[in-house]
Amino acid sequence: MASVAAGYLPILLFLGVALVLSSVFVFSPMVAARFTGAHKPYADKLSEYECGFPAFEDSRAQFDVRFYLVAILFIIFDLEAAFLFPWAVSLGTIGIAGWAAMMIFLAELTLGFVYAWKKGALEWE
Amino acid sequence: MIQAFAFYLFASILVAAATLTVFARNPVHSVLWLILSFFNAAGLFVILGAEFIAMLLVIVYVGAVAVLFLFVVMMLDVDFARMRAGFARYLPFGALLGVVLVAELVLAMGAWSAGAIALDARAAPTPAAVPNIQALGTVLYTRYLFIFEAAGFVLLVAMIGAIVLTNRQRRDLKKQDTARQIARRPEDAVRNVVNQPVGEGVTL
Repeated sequence: MASVAAGYLPILLFLGVALVLSSVFVFSPMVAARFTGAHKPYADKLSEYECGFPAFEDSRAQFDVRFYLVAILFIIFDLEAAFLFPWAVSLGTIGIAGWAAMMIFLAELTLGFVYAWKKGALEWE
Repeated sequence: MIQAFAFYLFASILVAAATLTVFARNPVHSVLWLILSFFNAAGLFVILGAEFIAMLLVIVYVGAVAVLFLFVVMMLDVDFARMRAGFARYLPFGALLGVVLVAELVLAMGAWSAGAIALDARAAPTPAAVPNIQALGTVLYTRYLFIFEAAGFVLLVAMIGAIVLTNRQRRDLKKQDTARQIARRPEDAVRNVVNQPVGEGVTL
């Protein structure tokens, strides 16, 4: 157990270094600006900049339900890909039954894909 | 030592992010905190040695489920005043759900500390020699093959259900028909005009 986690230690260290570096790049200009420039914030200066005119509407506008359909199709094919990884790695030991099982699984989802295509669920217009 | 440090780091960020997921005012911020807690849970799985589950958590939950949650949050017309107005009405039901969850946690902890669960007697103990993605594949595609196929059917049903529920066919569309485009001959589309007098329009 420990050996697996130890292999990921460089990534953890790398994440730490990345965190420190990115905070330096974000905060050091702020600190430098505080010492060298004038710091006089007011409401107009702090409002969102939208190409020179005031914001039209709240950004919480309702989205089209099609986004949900796209997201759910993405989840399903993402899961399909996730199931392929352990299958590909253990293909030598699971035999012909395991291979056939994955082919059936892929056929099921391809059926769903054909249905989605024929119904026009993938079209955006 | 490093392992303990990493555990406490991930665990504390996880608990903090989960708390903020519940208490964040803005539902979009709530989803972003949820993504942070997914990442930290993945870190905890790596510490446990379950690297495939950790990667799955990042790929599926952060990559797909969190996006779905964001779309759902943005699709709902969230009105904060109306949400707070229903607070007292939903409080008993919410409290009931909370009590059920706490009871389940207590039962699980009790069963764990009673020692009735022998980890060595599991159906498929983790083999030491092979990487755990391979161990998982070996078990999933042999012993649990039918459950795997059933999972495929559940995904198919979910896909068809989502399409049936959300797909609306719009009538006012001009779709591209590739077969018709390819089948079109020059004689259908182009007409040569001979002996056209100068200064007069062409009749179409």
